[in-house]
Amino acid sequence: MHHLVIDRWSRGSSSLHQRDPRAKLAALLVFLIVLSTTRPAAQWAFAAYAIMLIIAVHSARLPILGLAGRAALVLPFSATFALLTWWSGDTLRALALAEKSFLSGMAALLLVATTPLTGWTAALESWRAPRMLILVIQFVYRYLFVIAEQAQRMRWAAVCRGSHKTGGFRLATGLVGVLFARSWQRADGIYHAMLARGFRGRFVPAAPAPFRAADALFFSACLAGCLAVRILL
Amino acid sequence: MSKAIQIRGLRYRYPDGTQALNGIDFHLDAGESVALFGANGSGKTTFVMHLNGLLRGEGSIEVCSMPLSDETLEQIRSKVGVVFQDSDEQLFMPTVLEDVAFGPLNLGLSPDDALTRARTVLKRVGMAHALERAPYHLSAGEKKRVAIAGVLAMDPEILVLDEPTTFLDPPTRRDLLTLLRSLPQAKVVVTHDANLARALTTRAVFFDQGRIAGEGDVIELIQRFHWEYS
Ligand SMILES: Nc1ncnc2c1ncn2[C@@H]1O[C@H](COP(=O)(O)OP(=O)(O)O)[C@@H](O)[C@H]1O
Ligand SMILES: [Mg+2]
Repeated sequence: MHHLVIDRWSRGSSSLHQRDPRAKLAALLVFLIVLSTTRPAAQWAFAAYAIMLIIAVHSARLPILGLAGRAALVLPFSATFALLTWWSGDTLRALALAEKSFLSGMAALLLVATTPLTGWTAALESWRAPRMLILVIQFVYRYLFVIAEQAQRMRWAAVCRGSHKTGGFRLATGLVGVLFARSWQRADGIYHAMLARGFRGRFVPAAPAPFRAADALFFSACLAGCLAVRILL
Repeated sequence: MSKAIQIRGLRYRYPDGTQALNGIDFHLDAGESVALFGANGSGKTTFVMHLNGLLRGEGSIEVCSMPLSDETLEQIRSKVGVVFQDSDEQLFMPTVLEDVAFGPLNLGLSPDDALTRARTVLKRVGMAHALERAPYHLSAGEKKRVAIAGVLAMDPEILVLDEPTTFLDPPTRRDLLTLLRSLPQAKVVVTHDANLARALTTRAVFFDQGRIAGEGDVIELIQRFHWEYS
């Protein structure tokens, strides 16, 4: 079965992986707030944020290019806005917009790549995030697997019957409907299996680990770093 | 003898109009094991999905003397453990241990107790070496064992197995058979595998187009419906 690389990454054992999900989630929040309030003119600050992220990725022993590539997936969306801003003559703003969305994407991805899903959703839950929101995240995440798996199988079946990589896209657009029908069916089966084992609309986390001194230290360091960059640069 | 399952006049029609069950009467005694035979599409899986209320048709269903209703649904789901035909549907958590602990956590066990119970049943099915592995990377036989463990962790009184040996090679089938024989629960086993049925059950029921076309001794029924290909 196909699986998401990020899921494998999230099960690493680096010191960043071992930090409490709550500490990492809080650090992400601080980072996002500080980032979004940074002035477009403060280009050195953006460089500093990037360096902070690179250090974090390095300490998590994750491939920087792999992460950056995935974070770049957010760019097409923000690029539209960035282009509009650029056309209206505000180059610096446009640049900052692209930088902000890329760095936010990268930071969020870093959280997800160093924390198993159950960990960070449990953290959200302990902060009283709406239950519905958490459920949606968990289901979307699971159904991503389902869809990826079905797509993989259909691609293999097509390749076995002589489809080539070049013809892949045409094939994919033609079969998207089938893909979703099949994914839906599979997802339905999985949902049945969950009900059969007593699922009542809430994922119960298995192991809420204690919040350690190291977690507090980690969060303080992130907070200090972000604030320093924001104020000094 | 008290009945583990008692079903009268069960009918079910899928939303697209397919009449999958057409008046099924069925019973399972406490501690008994029954095989369900029948052609593909004869309604076996649809029937099995009714045993723990995943599908709700017309007719009456009683499990351990409790009529199936919205009030008893949760209790019945913990008494009837269904092992699906497709293990990939049944195993949805990121690791084997988490997957098996999923049910006990839903039952309200503390995380520690749930994990302890998960480890115990995984040992029981011979999968104690794979606690931290991703279920989707296991072999078909191992997946089936983990799926069974996930159901056993709910401590059910009745085990329902939908074509448990379908995707397995002969040696793996043999090992699974040994495991299933060692489990004390009453069993409903959907299968095309005459050997499995003979080894695991004494009574059999034959499905045909959403009805029960015959019922009786396993070996006699296999002969009556020519249910062996050699
Ligand atoms: N989700 C569904 N929607 C519509 N029809 C279905 C669905 N699942 C099964 N069926 C139909 O119901 C009948 C019984 O199917 P099933 O219970 O899967 O049989 P078996 O398990 O004996 O092979 C078949 O005709 C099948 O095509
Ligand atoms: Mg079936």
